[in-house]
Amino acid sequence: MSTIELRNVSRWYGNVVAVNDITMDIGPGVTGLLGPNGAGKSTILHMIAGFLEPSKGTLTLDGTPTWKNPGVYRRLGLVPERDSVYAFLTGAEFVTATARLHKLTDPKRSARWAIDLTEMSQAQDRKIATYSKGMRQRIKVAAALVHDPEILLLDEPFNGMDPRQRLHMMDLLTRLGEEGRSVLFSSHILEEVERLSGTIQVMVAGRLAASGDFRAIRRLMTSRPHVFHVKTTDDRRLAAALVGRDYTHAVELTSKGLQVRTSDFGAFCAQIAVITRDENIRLTELLPTDESLESVFGYLIAN
Amino acid sequence: MFNPTVAAITARATLGRRRAVFLALPAVILIALTLVLRASHPGDSSWPANVLGDFGFSVLLPLTALIIGTGVLGAEIDDGSVVHLLATPVRRADVIITKFAVAAGLTALFAALPELIAGLIAPHSAKLAWALFAGALVGSVVYSAVFVLASVVTTRAIAFGLLYVAVWEGLLSNLVGGVRILSIAHYSLGVANAIYPDQNLQAGLGLGTSLVLAIVITIGGLSLATRRLETFSLTGDPA
Repeated sequence: MSTIELRNVSRWYGNVVAVNDITMDIGPGVTGLLGPNGAGKSTILHMIAGFLEPSKGTLTLDGTPTWKNPGVYRRLGLVPERDSVYAFLTGAEFVTATARLHKLTDPKRSARWAIDLTEMSQAQDRKIATYSKGMRQRIKVAAALVHDPEILLLDEPFNGMDPRQRLHMMDLLTRLGEEGRSVLFSSHILEEVERLSGTIQVMVAGRLAASGDFRAIRRLMTSRPHVFHVKTTDDRRLAAALVGRDYTHAVELTSKGLQVRTSDFGAFCAQIAVITRDENIRLTELLPTDESLESVFGYLIAN
Repeated sequence: MFNPTVAAITARATLGRRRAVFLALPAVILIALTLVLRASHPGDSSWPANVLGDFGFSVLLPLTALIIGTGVLGAEIDDGSVVHLLATPVRRADVIITKFAVAAGLTALFAALPELIAGLIAPHSAKLAWALFAGALVGSVVYSAVFVLASVVTTRAIAFGLLYVAVWEGLLSNLVGGVRILSIAHYSLGVANAIYPDQNLQAGLGLGTSLVLAIVITIGGLSLATRRLETFSLTGDPA
């Protein structure tokens, strides 16, 4: 069980601040680092991986700084965003060479294990130059996993993957997280983070905009109403009943049902069934329409 | 210190995809030129030192060392693949030593060895050939250390190398005597001339000076390259 600690970490390039006073802990499980391009996600990952010195603050892995400390790579695996690998090697040669660089006792066996894990066995004897982008990503993951690290860092790991490969990679990362590894991946694609990770670190313009379970984060944002799509046997009557409640911000009657905006997520969820029962209305559909990560993300950026 | 896995990857990257043919081309030209001159001037004993000294030490050796020395690590830094090597516990000093060893070895293969072969082909030049070979070996080592350092320090290592070879060594060292103190070609010529003295070699430095400076620059270059690689950074996207 390893923990990465960032304390008041900043990184700037000349006058440009890439990361501004970030404090966070990354523990076991899968954590998504979310933010738009240029938010500072890669800078954070590079600093955690020991490939960038923080301009200010401390960054440690179980109390040991990662900067200028190649020893951390015995416990840490990195999958960089750029898909430049040794294209003249076969997949098996690349992963085996990485195992040898880690001085593993049986490099070929370790390479076979990592290649099997990433489902690259069939293509392992082909040169990497012939791989698709998704296959390159997977062989990079295999190389990063070959020494069975406690911490896995992945920079935009789903880039270039087809849907099947994405699902497989998501399953793999979930499994690695469940086994007790600390898996931190960056992404600007909300759907990826939402499906893979309940815990998120949202980066906006170099700052940590939010941290924790994204659904909990959404509920904490009480200043912005939660939107529900509701369908009943009598939408107009339910609209009239809801308008009088304190927690109802707005009700809109549409051709597809009701669009309800509420300022109190919990109260609305608790009361909607009671109201429909009292009004003798049958509730056929209740859907929170802005619980997606996209909504959380958009709100945080806007504010 | 020397890492066989790093060496194997480096050698394959440097010699793959017909690059070996490209690297062998200048050596082939030198040997072909020697064969032509031997046929056309069989009795003249002055041209081997001129041709092998001038073309060999001013063109073949530095340019071969430049291409190989800046490529063994610089190419990986440029395309980003070096991260896969550096994200392992391999000591940075071992990376530099291994890259340097591969560069020096390949430069010796593609520049020093052809010097020897051309010297042995030239008439009455067997001793000169071995002297040039020894000088070229020294040059292979020092050039490789300097060009590996250049590739870690700047992304324009080839431009730096060309300026050094063409302007500093090719032009200034022939006009200003003091410049030879920092001319690797003159260290090579100094060693060759000490083994087989020949005025046509135009050596500007003695053996002692050449060897001491060669050792200092090699060790200094590799130390600096190691320190630089220890702080190798990946830059993120500024917000």
